[in-house]
Amino acid sequence: MSEKTLTRMDLADAVHAEVGLSRNDSAELVEAVLQHISDALVQGETVKISSFGTFSVREKAARVGRNPKTGEEVPIHPRRVLTFRSSHLMKDRVSHGNKD
Amino acid sequence: MIRSELIQKIADDNPHLYQRDVEKIVNTIFDEITNAMAAGHRVELRGFGAFSVKKRDSRMGRNPRTGESVDVDEKHVPFFKTGKLLRDRLNGK
Repeated sequence: MSEKTLTRMDLADAVHAEVGLSRNDSAELVEAVLQHISDALVQGETVKISSFGTFSVREKAARVGRNPKTGEEVPIHPRRVLTFRSSHLMKDRVSHGNKD
Repeated sequence: MIRSELIQKIADDNPHLYQRDVEKIVNTIFDEITNAMAAGHRVELRGFGAFSVKKRDSRMGRNPRTGESVDVDEKHVPFFKTGKLLRDRLNGK
């Protein structure tokens, strides 16, 4: 498994190659897609991308945590967390693609 | 929000683009992320989050209905970690 890290730039390059928009416009569109997904999530919406996966926001209750180093108790406030559940298609592709 | 609604929002913001190109753009982005993970790569989108592949070791599983032991092979699963900026935005920071 060759560990390589892709960034926004690689996604913009893919858009540039696929649609023929300028690199600049492609980069702006990648950003717009991420921004729209983020905005919907911040509004508390679930974002469901067929054959990719589902982003959903979960409410976590307050609880007492502990600093593992000092053993000290610290209150953890209620918060919202984002979870991503990949689609079966993505799971299958990732599972097959990474078989030795 | 679903894929088609996301495409519509991008199309509304970009009236100079053909709808079919907007569809292609959005699909390309998600396909590229999936392809990268299928190749064992990571996709890091600062502020939004990072997609990576995690290895699950082989283990002895159990059929919950029959109680029978079954070998579960090692496998690789997609994983997403939320970026700091988005995590903070979700909590009104």
